[in-house]
Amino acid sequence: MSNQMKGAYILMESLLKENVDTIFGYPGGSIMPTFDALYDYMDKFNYVLTRHEQGATHAAQGYARVSGKTGVCLVTSGPGATNAITGIADAMMDSTPLVVIAGQAGAAFLGTDAFQEVDLIGCTLPITKWSYQIRSAADIAPAVAKAFHIANSGRKGPVVLDFAKNAQVEMAEFNYEKCHFTRGYIPFTAIKPTQIDAAAEIINNAKKPLALVGQGVILGNAEAELKAFLEKADIPAGSTLLGLSALPSDHRLNKGMLGMHGNVGPNIKTNEADVIIAIGMRFDDRVTGDLKTYAKQAKIVHLDIDNAELDKNVKATAKVLGDVKASLPELTLKIKEAKHTQWIESFHEYEVKEDEKVIRPEVYATEGPLKMGEVVRKISEATNNDAVLVTDVGQNQIMAARYFKFTKSRSVVTSGGLGTMGFGIPAAIGAKIGAPKRTVCMFAGDGGFQMTIQELGTIMEKQIGVKMIILNNNYLGMVRQWQELFFKKRYSSTPMMNPHFNTIADAYGIKNAEVSTREELDAAIKEMFADDKPYLLIANCEEMGMVYPMVPAGETITNILLG
Amino acid sequence: MADNFKAKQCGKECQKCNPAECNDGKKLFTVTVFSENQVGLLNQISIIFTRRRLNIESLSVSQSALPGIHKFTITTITDEDTIEKVVKQIDKRIDIIKSFYNDDSDLVYQEIAMYKVATQDFINLEGTEELIRKYNIRILEINETCVIFEKTGHTDETQGLFNELSQKLQVLQFIRSGRVAITKSKIERLSDMLANIEAHKMMYE
Repeated sequence: MSNQMKGAYILMESLLKENVDTIFGYPGGSIMPTFDALYDYMDKFNYVLTRHEQGATHAAQGYARVSGKTGVCLVTSGPGATNAITGIADAMMDSTPLVVIAGQAGAAFLGTDAFQEVDLIGCTLPITKWSYQIRSAADIAPAVAKAFHIANSGRKGPVVLDFAKNAQVEMAEFNYEKCHFTRGYIPFTAIKPTQIDAAAEIINNAKKPLALVGQGVILGNAEAELKAFLEKADIPAGSTLLGLSALPSDHRLNKGMLGMHGNVGPNIKTNEADVIIAIGMRFDDRVTGDLKTYAKQAKIVHLDIDNAELDKNVKATAKVLGDVKASLPELTLKIKEAKHTQWIESFHEYEVKEDEKVIRPEVYATEGPLKMGEVVRKISEATNNDAVLVTDVGQNQIMAARYFKFTKSRSVVTSGGLGTMGFGIPAAIGAKIGAPKRTVCMFAGDGGFQMTIQELGTIMEKQIGVKMIILNNNYLGMVRQWQELFFKKRYSSTPMMNPHFNTIADAYGIKNAEVSTREELDAAIKEMFADDKPYLLIANCEEMGMVYPMVPAGETITNILLG
Repeated sequence: MADNFKAKQCGKECQKCNPAECNDGKKLFTVTVFSENQVGLLNQISIIFTRRRLNIESLSVSQSALPGIHKFTITTITDEDTIEKVVKQIDKRIDIIKSFYNDDSDLVYQEIAMYKVATQDFINLEGTEELIRKYNIRILEINETCVIFEKTGHTDETQGLFNELSQKLQVLQFIRSGRVAITKSKIERLSDMLANIEAHKMMYE
């Protein structure tokens, strides 16, 4: 039986076959036939019109990060597509599964500098896992199937489909076959027993093992496998920024965050451990500091799904290639039960030191202006440490990552690799849609909030119940902090003249409050969580606040400034 | 050309250096890439070299022994640590089927060069027979204005002929192809690779 359809409808049907329930997008000239088809599918998709294509991509990222599903964006060609590029690059750095479908000039016009034509494939090659130009209607279904297979398998990442206008209007037979295999791409390597044996032997001989937990654990849904592994051999763990929430904050073996603004204990112990077990992490420079002095004394066991990450930054003594969901249980089977009581206790002195010098003054301040840390702690506690944390980038991000606590996995949505200011608001929208039953708290600075402030319109229209907190210090705080420490306090371009954020929230009909004192803060938090509606809390914080501990960029990871 | 290699390898002027023995760790590597036959593949590969500021010394692309699979042979000068990472990053691309690297000792390799000289110059040349025998020159075309001939061999051989000709007459045109190479080892990587792919395919079906 003939099943002829217009290309745009083939796309809709293909998305349904991939169980897509949400699309973030923005229409325009060369994607209009597709939006016209979408009009007939409004009851099948939750379509979210963002106010800018960058917002659509970050929203899709937030959705993907909390749900594990592939985020889908639909944008137009030219400027629509280039606006999406920041989100695509961000998803590439942070291994977020996205399928971005962008309109394109008709195939006959390609290469002629047609209106709103941009070589999107050329632009996005270095920042996509795969990109493909659909030039005919018959091409749509196989391309969509392949795109979803690639985006959400192996090391996940963004896929771009450049959708020529003629393909949207031409007719073709619709026949959908899911893609499970593509030559040249083998996402699930079988775990090699020899690699497991070599890794297990090193771990079994370790006196001072330290695990480094990355987002690979969360992406692989391997939280339980991680816990079993750590507990069996009694191995303390530090976490990367994106690995946070893979292990509950209060787990006995969770020693906190690694890296530039991480906890003192795991950073110091990185250079004391005799064995380091890196699990689904990639030794980013914000984690390692100077590689020449990084963990030189330790044998490194590296578990990762991406062969290109093994030996990239840090040479591994033993490598285990594959999904940690598969490799961790096999490794757990081969390691001996152990106790490392003394080693674990040795973290304590650093925990006490950090608590006294940094944490308590930050999160339990009793006088002076509000501290970012205390705002974060109070909000986290108000949610019983159960919420999804979304952050923008900068001091707000680090303070939130340090002082927000987690009981569930997939609770951190932040731009780690790319460090994209403006990520916060749209990512929070996506996170709330991806996890509607969870409370979503979004922390931003006054700078980043204004980079995608237009997405308040999306929140208004869809009444998305995100709790937004501006940690306002009237500065681009993280840059200002570096200027204070490394640029002789020359505050070049960092003081911000800000609008009255409450008036803006009022204009969008979003409930809001502005607080400058501890009493006001407590009352506003109570009001914020009184219902599941959107809320904006402006917390005016100490202007010259600093984020400590800090390992200056490029320095040895144990050279920690405590303020 | 050997001198040029050296200058590129360590950035210093050095007349005597043999690229194979250079001790700064950099040498010429040959990267072989098998890929799907699609538009934009060269771009996908070249950006990986660009990101690491690696210059592509030579490039040759053709259909491989298997229909639908293209083969790229790329040479570049770098250290082993870098080339290993580059190859992994190329291999990671979806449309790349397999990528690996070799140094010269693993390979039988060849390039072809063509030379054009003025017919009158060629006739006036002393020791033509000697030159033709020495370099195993093959003449492709003779007309009243020019003589075109070819030589196959390693870079230093084709360059050697160019240098010798240049001392004696004016070379009107000179062109050298990218390298083509075949591994000496018994292991046939392409067949291994395809067997591996087939095995995985069955796993998913």
